Amino acid sequence: MIKVRNLYRSFGEKQVLKGINLTVNKGETFLLIGRSGAGKSVLLKNIIGLLRPDSGTISIDGVDITQLTNDKLERIRLQFGLVFQGSALFDFLTIEENVGFFLTRHTSLRKEEIRKRVTETLALVGLKGIEGSYPYELSGGMRKRVAIARAVIYNPKILIYDEPTTGIDPIAVDKIVSLIEDLHKRLAITSLVVTHDLEVGLKLAERLAFLLGGKIIFEGDKKALESTTDERLIQFLKGSSGGPIKEMEV
Amino acid sequence: MILFKRVAELFHYLGGIGFFIKDTLGWLFTKKRDFKSIIREIIFIGIDSLPLVSLIAFFIGVIIAFQTAYQLKAFSSEIQLAPLVALSLVRELGPVIGALIVAARSGASITAGIGSMKISEQVDALEAFGVSPIDYLVVPQFVTLFICMPVLIIYADFLGILGGYVVGASKFYISFGLYFRMTFDALGGRDILSGLVKSVTFGSIIAFVSCYEGFQPFSSIDVSRSVTNSVVRSFILIIVFDCILTAIFYFAGV
Repeated sequence: MIKVRNLYRSFGEKQVLKGINLTVNKGETFLLIGRSGAGKSVLLKNIIGLLRPDSGTISIDGVDITQLTNDKLERIRLQFGLVFQGSALFDFLTIEENVGFFLTRHTSLRKEEIRKRVTETLALVGLKGIEGSYPYELSGGMRKRVAIARAVIYNPKILIYDEPTTGIDPIAVDKIVSLIEDLHKRLAITSLVVTHDLEVGLKLAERLAFLLGGKIIFEGDKKALESTTDERLIQFLKGSSGGPIKEMEV
Repeated sequence: MILFKRVAELFHYLGGIGFFIKDTLGWLFTKKRDFKSIIREIIFIGIDSLPLVSLIAFFIGVIIAFQTAYQLKAFSSEIQLAPLVALSLVRELGPVIGALIVAARSGASITAGIGSMKISEQVDALEAFGVSPIDYLVVPQFVTLFICMPVLIIYADFLGILGGYVVGASKFYISFGLYFRMTFDALGGRDILSGLVKSVTFGSIIAFVSCYEGFQPFSSIDVSRSVTNSVVRSFILIIVFDCILTAIFYFAGV
């Protein structure tokens, strides 16, 4: 379970997160939506401990990670599987080395065993025969699937997807959405999906939160979303340029 | 006010790089190194630099020989060409020119490589997988430059001396045997030590500055700025440290 309370984070003079409160229950797929630049990625990086907040608490299964030393934080971080916005595959490593990276660094498994696990995990995301390729040789959709394989190979407790469908074509988007749904069913892990693509998000998530101007202005299930009267959320759902959300309010 | 801001920026930079050096040295002996990655870097930084280093070192040797011969002619002491070329190269010009070449070629490339990893979230990915970017990206570069620089500099010195010989042989008809005997008679252990100390110092400067600058970009525009900063700051620090080391060696009698 992820519990965020009164989280503040700024960069220089710019306050990006302004008192975030959020709860992601164990085993659910939770959607975090918001406009580009609303602070979604910053919130994610705080949750996995890549950034430290200015104030507030983030507890993962009851442990407040904001108070942890770097060593302890590193151990907590290994419970997360992270799929980055741009895939973030290591350019200089082959697909096999990328997917097996965690196992090579953190386990004593033999090379053959790692190779077998990599092949199995790549098959899980619908890829085969690309182990010797480099990331630049793959399409955007394939890179996303490799990134998902790299994130799930070590059975993390929580999976985080940062804009999993950005920058790929509609057919690849559909494949990625099906893959995430399938993985959630098979692995039954807590998933946090961050996206500004509402259609994709609503297909995947059971509950969601809307981030605007550094604050969560809505948190609830799909039913609550349908009956919302918040004009800012309605404007976002409609994708309308006219309404209470102005250009500057990002 | 601007001066105050610049001084504050300088101290901020020096503080940042100071902590960066401390972190790198802290990781240096903590675990078994991946020698495959170090060998890959040695090939790029050391072996691939050889053609450029050879060309420049050889012509620097030729230029020093002509300049020295011009001065020596006034005293009819052209025979002293070999020791003067050797001492200038081994004590001073070999390490400095070699370091400037490596800073421009390999330092810039290290900064661009880490910078592009930073903006494409690969550095974040390393941290997310519980791997220190300092340990994984910086320590191998530091070890490589620490090993490669003295070897490259000795090679550059040799090529420069060869350049000097070409002038000595063609203009003053000094034989190969005599030229190299005079060269090695003139070079003492202190001269070689001074060149080696400079080369490892300059190698460390290039490693720390180029890696530190690689972690600064937040966008693709910042990467080109970081590469420029990496080269300019490495050049400045190499010259400043050369001056300091030369003064120390002079007063210590080395």
